[in-house]
Amino acid sequence: MSDRLPGFSTLAVHAGAQPDPTTGARATPIYQTTSFVFNDADHAASLFGLQSFGNIYTRIGNPTNAVLEERVAALEGGTAALAVASGHAAQVVVMQQLLQPGDEFIAARKLYGGSINQFTHSFKSFGWNVVWADPDDIASFERAVTPRTKAIFVESIANPGGSITDIEAISTVARKAGVPLIVDNTLATPYLIKPIDHGADIVVHSLTKFLGGHGNSIGGVIVDAGTFDWSKDGKYPMLSEPRPEYHGIKLHETFGNFAFAIACRVLGLRDLGPALSPFNAFLILTGIETLPLRMQKHCDNAKAIAEFLSGHSAVASVSYAGLAGDRYNQLARKYAPKGAGAVFTFSLKGGYDAGVSLVSKLTLFSHLANVGDTRSLVIHPASTTHSQLDDAAKVKSGAGPDVVRLSIGIEDKEDLIADLDQALGA
Amino acid sequence: MNHDAYPDNYIRGILNSVKSIAMVGASPVNVRPSYFAFKYLAQRGYDMIPVNPGHIGKELLGKPFVASLHDIGRPVDMIDIFRNSSHIMPVVEEALKLDPLPKVIWMQLGARDDAAAEKAEAAGIKVVMNRCPKIEYGRLSSEISWMGVNSRTLSSKRPPAPTQGMQLSLNRMSVGGGNTAAADRAAKNKTEQS
Repeated sequence: MSDRLPGFSTLAVHAGAQPDPTTGARATPIYQTTSFVFNDADHAASLFGLQSFGNIYTRIGNPTNAVLEERVAALEGGTAALAVASGHAAQVVVMQQLLQPGDEFIAARKLYGGSINQFTHSFKSFGWNVVWADPDDIASFERAVTPRTKAIFVESIANPGGSITDIEAISTVARKAGVPLIVDNTLATPYLIKPIDHGADIVVHSLTKFLGGHGNSIGGVIVDAGTFDWSKDGKYPMLSEPRPEYHGIKLHETFGNFAFAIACRVLGLRDLGPALSPFNAFLILTGIETLPLRMQKHCDNAKAIAEFLSGHSAVASVSYAGLAGDRYNQLARKYAPKGAGAVFTFSLKGGYDAGVSLVSKLTLFSHLANVGDTRSLVIHPASTTHSQLDDAAKVKSGAGPDVVRLSIGIEDKEDLIADLDQALGA
Repeated sequence: MNHDAYPDNYIRGILNSVKSIAMVGASPVNVRPSYFAFKYLAQRGYDMIPVNPGHIGKELLGKPFVASLHDIGRPVDMIDIFRNSSHIMPVVEEALKLDPLPKVIWMQLGARDDAAAEKAEAAGIKVVMNRCPKIEYGRLSSEISWMGVNSRTLSSKRPPAPTQGMQLSLNRMSVGGGNTAAADRAAKNKTEQS
């Protein structure tokens, strides 16, 4: 019974799960129920008042989802986590705890197109103002800090170009500014990069991608690193001030180093409502059990394909941090030594038309708007995921008109290379 | 004891062995953390004694308040101090005058006084600082996992079926040394800055 930190693969299989106490079921049961009975009126009152741990209603928490939450928290090295309906829901719930109307947050310009869209347009209607900075220029984050800045948001491996973010450098800026650093770790997963080890205070994921890994369930998660002092200067009243909806409880004072995850649950999930279905949680949990095996195969395949493409006469350039000559290769060696992920872009000498032709000729790669599936995927970001951006913003986010994005699956790499070769050659 | 990172076995040993807990600074106000912790620990079977000179004549969940540790008038296993760091030393000094001495002095989440801890440890008393016994009980029994909290324990054994009051076993394998490394570092940095 000594304290021994198990390896990543052991946590991926075991963390958060145990045999079901009533039935002995070894796989995590799908608790497909909306509600949970109370023992008595006093029990109900203490659950509603946050005085007891327990289940009330699946919009606020569910035992299947709780296993998923603890597992992701364990894999990321966080104190707690909250599962939500999607990666986008995770971002809304996080920002609701941090920003009041009129506040600002700084975000890296290189982000998933859907996040750029959410931050630019939807968040504006909440009075949350995004200020963009360049992840390749750390000083641009420092310059963007104002007294209204409440958070900094980056992706560990940025979509779509697969560039690697210098999380430690940006966490230094965040610490100096007295704001939490939020890292979207979707494309890396904790198997490749553990942002909390590099100074992240909050980690978010789209579980839809590599964590779930099979392209069958939408989900998101928020991980609390337990590192930020929410009560230091009154900048985060959702955590430091008495909450009228809970009889004046102060969440940080009551829940200590997992107060942020609790705030996301009892203020965010409860009131905004983006609950994850327990069935999706079950599928994602099953996916996570094989994350280390899949992720290594994804990365090994991606590197082989990036090398093949960079030697192909029809290809103008390949943007993959795992390649020796790539501008992000040094950062990849530091942050993601096991592999630089499996999502990257390349551009074709034939420009936009060649990209469209390639996509139509591929037979194994599926043309769709997702990444992180067992299957290999291809998309033309300029006309799809990043289509709502103007041309300058497309180029800045790594999604210019000649760019094709690949998400490499876990098929045999020889078959993927043959498919690309025939589609590029003809 | 390294007060920046407690091994789970240390905390588990304390929670498995103490029977009576005097809570200094216990509040009868039902939204205060001390009230939650008092109620939770009482439901888990601990013999709880509320200590608060401001509430003499009142009861907390059926237990009469006492004004000071001295007034308890019987041996207690653990003193749980629900006061700010600046108010810890006088309570520890008072505890050191008890006969027999308590086995454990526990300072709540956010409270830490290394000099007071040293004094208590010199007298053979185990010390825990900046932790909540309710959270630690919930964590080591995995009950807190229902809130998505990382219990940092694993088990392939079927746990006892939950009943009213959740009497769960604390005997799960520990994996993380009580707290996450990042959270420990943050707590340490905060201590050094203050």
